[in-house]
Amino acid sequence: MTFSLTKDKRGVVVVGVDGQLIVGNRQDMKQKVLDSLDGGARKFVIDFTRTGYIDSSGLGVLVSLSKKIREQGGDLRLAGLNEDLQTLFELTKLDTLFAIAKTPAEALAAF
Amino acid sequence: MTEPLRLDVRPSATGGESDFELALDVPSDLGYVGPAVELIADRFKSGVLSPRRVRFNLRTALAEALANAIAYGNRHDPRRLVHVRVEARRDAVHIHVTDAGEGFDPGAVPDPTLPGRLEREDGRGLFVLRSLVDQVAFSAAGNSVCLTLRAG
Repeated sequence: MTFSLTKDKRGVVVVGVDGQLIVGNRQDMKQKVLDSLDGGARKFVIDFTRTGYIDSSGLGVLVSLSKKIREQGGDLRLAGLNEDLQTLFELTKLDTLFAIAKTPAEALAAF
Repeated sequence: MTEPLRLDVRPSATGGESDFELALDVPSDLGYVGPAVELIADRFKSGVLSPRRVRFNLRTALAEALANAIAYGNRHDPRRLVHVRVEARRDAVHIHVTDAGEGFDPGAVPDPTLPGRLEREDGRGLFVLRSLVDQVAFSAAGNSVCLTLRAG
């Protein structure tokens, strides 16, 4: 389970979540995104294409990051959720809080 | 997280031929949640639950139950363990997660999807747990939970 951060030509940061985003590793991702925000990045896409599962702590960290990024005038978008993960966002009503794109490319194009 | 986890696997004492039971003690450190979930999920590569339900429902529900037991039950106390017992039967899988805490009243946990609570970072664990399995049953004391996933 690792997180990879890549920046596209326009400065949008794509965070890939490989494996799971759960209570045991969420701080790692949070810190990486906050460091990037401190470094001046404002637009973020979290890519879940390679993610197996997300627990409630993982959802919580996304909520908190989204808030922090918005406070800095930025935006965080989600992409690549499989059907089960999409359902999890719908059940928790977090689909109303996030802009969710089918693919990272779609999320990038929407900025 | 330094101690290796030891999964005890045995055939079911009372059930059918393919039934089995698992037992695992997990130290009260959130770093163990991911490895403990993988150890148990690995035992369900084929059989009673579909690969999709193992990948998502079983893994997420078990992670929620373990995190709750470690954080709220055992309050991260390294001297306390969380006991996990899994009964895999032909018709269902029952997962018992028990901590050494005082328990809580699951009925008193507010709905995290209410407008005023939606942007909170925490408080979704029990809601997610209930959404992912067929049955969630707490012991009277509230320090043990049994998750049931029916076959399929």
